[in-house]
Amino acid sequence: MSSTISGGAPFGAIGRRRFIQGFAAAGTLAAVTAPGRSLAAQPSLSGTVFDLTIGETPINVTGKKMVATGINGGVPGPVLRWREGDMVTLNVTNRLAAPSSIHWHGIRSPAAMDGVPGLSFAGIEPGQTFTYRIPIHQSGTYWYHSHSGFQEQTGVYGAIIIEPKDGYADKFDRDYVVLLSDWSDDDPETIVSNLKFQSDYYNFNQRTLGTFIADAAKDGLRKTIADRRMWGEMRMSPTDILDVSGSVYTYLMNGQAPAGNWSALFRPGERVRLRFINGSSMTIFDVRIPGLKMTVVQADGNDVVPVAVDEFRMGVAETYDVIVEPGADAYTIFAQSMDRTGFARGTLAPREGMAAAIPPMDPRPLRTMADMGMGNMDMSGTKDMDMPAAPENQDAMQGMKMEGMAGMDHGAIPGSRSDLQQSVAVDNVAMAPADRISEPGIGLDPARRRVLAYSDLRARIPGDDPRPPSREITLHLTGNMQRFIWGFDGKKFSEAEPIRLKFGERVRFILINDTMMDHPIHLHGLWSELENGQGEYRPYKHTVTVQAGEKLSYLVTADEPGMWAYHCHLLYHMEMGMFRTVVVS
Amino acid sequence: MRTVLIALACSAALLGSGRAGAQTATPAQQDETSPVQYIGGMPPMMDTAAIGHVLLEQLEDRWNGSGHGFRFDGQGWYGTDYDKIWVKSEGEVDSRGRVGDGQHELLYDRATSTFFDIQAGVRIDADSGPTRAWAAFGVQGLAVYFIDVEATAYVSDRGGAARLKASYDLLITQRLILQPEAELNLYSASDRERGVGAGLSDIDAGLRLRYEISRKFAPYVGVSYQGRYGDAAAFARRDHESTSDARFAFGVRAWF
Repeated sequence: MSSTISGGAPFGAIGRRRFIQGFAAAGTLAAVTAPGRSLAAQPSLSGTVFDLTIGETPINVTGKKMVATGINGGVPGPVLRWREGDMVTLNVTNRLAAPSSIHWHGIRSPAAMDGVPGLSFAGIEPGQTFTYRIPIHQSGTYWYHSHSGFQEQTGVYGAIIIEPKDGYADKFDRDYVVLLSDWSDDDPETIVSNLKFQSDYYNFNQRTLGTFIADAAKDGLRKTIADRRMWGEMRMSPTDILDVSGSVYTYLMNGQAPAGNWSALFRPGERVRLRFINGSSMTIFDVRIPGLKMTVVQADGNDVVPVAVDEFRMGVAETYDVIVEPGADAYTIFAQSMDRTGFARGTLAPREGMAAAIPPMDPRPLRTMADMGMGNMDMSGTKDMDMPAAPENQDAMQGMKMEGMAGMDHGAIPGSRSDLQQSVAVDNVAMAPADRISEPGIGLDPARRRVLAYSDLRARIPGDDPRPPSREITLHLTGNMQRFIWGFDGKKFSEAEPIRLKFGERVRFILINDTMMDHPIHLHGLWSELENGQGEYRPYKHTVTVQAGEKLSYLVTADEPGMWAYHCHLLYHMEMGMFRTVVVS
Repeated sequence: MRTVLIALACSAALLGSGRAGAQTATPAQQDETSPVQYIGGMPPMMDTAAIGHVLLEQLEDRWNGSGHGFRFDGQGWYGTDYDKIWVKSEGEVDSRGRVGDGQHELLYDRATSTFFDIQAGVRIDADSGPTRAWAAFGVQGLAVYFIDVEATAYVSDRGGAARLKASYDLLITQRLILQPEAELNLYSASDRERGVGAGLSDIDAGLRLRYEISRKFAPYVGVSYQGRYGDAAAFARRDHESTSDARFAFGVRAWF
């Protein structure tokens, strides 16, 4: 199936609704990617001096020959193995026709080495080489990617492993990078343009007449009508999970489509460390290995107290290291997209050429009022707050906001802004954003499987900076789904002032997600110490996924001067304005 | 700027610990109120890019058993999230090749609220009949329950006019979509030469079932209804045209 993913090309309804599993013609496939291809076949560079070249790279993910932007001729680029304590030198040459850059995600570098055009440096012009020099004072699993245009979507990304100076806290016999990403044969510019025209362009799991009849049969006609009225009045859809889906994406594991079956070998009885990196542009993944417990030992490059889970959710740009102890069988590494429109898949096997069963995808989640920031109410509660059917919804929403606030006894929301209202850039203001830190996320069922939640993450060592924060910065994550506009506090990057931090100061960032989407928020250059109930053992993260309707906070010590990027790591949200400059001076 | 930052970076003395530790450096000499100077004058991302689209909502043949007519109705826009140039055009061509109901608008569009834009510009009635020009002012957007609406008022030396349009997409399946749609034209004064009458002059409504082969290309079948009222109906009878015309319609909805 399925080279037919570009708009306008004919395809069957079933073909389109199933995601693109990749170029699966057995004969040709073997020539392109031998099954059982392991990390050994994946380029890896180590040492202190690295030469990286960004250039056009032929790629065939779906059966259609395309040109990606790769690094050293590969997508993903080579795994970079650094050592804590080294000074690494990276000569990055741009062979593309457009300016490029490499950002070292999660690496605490001097600002000039962070690789964000306009903030760190002027970018790398075509034909030019930029030399990064970074003293390495951390260890763990990280990644790198372009920060120019949409090059991250088209292939400029790769993994970084930094060996700890004093050895690993957790013993393991071998390790593999498991880099998840999303590939589209469609041009990213086309994807963005399509979303601007029709924000549910890639959603082929919308509510229909059929789901109405099914819901009416299950819940009763009155309740179903009330539910449809409520969503219709808000002009939002509960099926809105991810903006870009498997209808146009093929999900990759270390560059391999599901049909390519990236494989990692082990000897039975070994402890295998899997370094999961979500290097996708727009896809939140739920990862599990049926038949194996995964012991999470590290999050975003920082060791955590081991916690055994069956499954974990990865926001874009997050990393998790897990240790597994496989038996003599083959196991499927299964990473399904949050909207259940596809999956990346690989195999952990004792011998080459083995494969295990691929599990069915879990049921698709639906958004609820909790995702709208209306608190954890059930549907019967929301029915009572039915909005008046005003022709222009703004007044109705604001009226509801006031009544809702008074009636729901959530009290004043610290740091919430009364001046934030619906506008061109804001389709919802959370009335009662909830503490969801111990919720693994929608569509994940803790009763069925042990699923990691943020509250499970406990650092191995106490935080470096015991000072309480001297001030709080509250930011609302805002957007207008219909117009596909994203920002903070109702403003796009181009409309907003930078966030200024004093050098050395300790600040609490409070994030309130007013939108119905989950946003992985990435602060460059400084750690985000997530306040997840673990006290001084709060985990240090570089990317914090804020669930829809959630309010959370983290502490930041502004210990590195310069201009830093601060943004949602969903690529198209960032490019549409969910970005701020943080100035530390 | 770049030199300053590199110098800062090089002077940074590092206090490593279990994880990347606090680093000491001279704070950048950047004043609290001074605007941010982007290196190379280049902001790190572009959220103000202009995007354009053309939507051909109706491109259809209408057949009533005895004759054919062709109808087109489309719009296009180009601009940023807030400011756009908007063009609308509709009309019909009868079996004798005469173009009727040709209304063409050139508007400035400004996004003003979550779901609505205001529009202002000109409308030109240009077809086989006499040409008229109007100043146009309207709103367009998404009303509650996902109803697409356009309401535009027009003025000229001949008086005022208004046009209301509404449509709704009912998803039968993910790709099979039933769209009821209606357009109403109102005028303050009759215009015999153009066949429009004072008050509610005419309605053009349709019920179309389209299949989205892709989001951007959907053939459809349906029924259309055209009705003329008051003076408009009288003018139609004078010209031996029907005042109430239901037809089969088949065509494509496309955008790019």
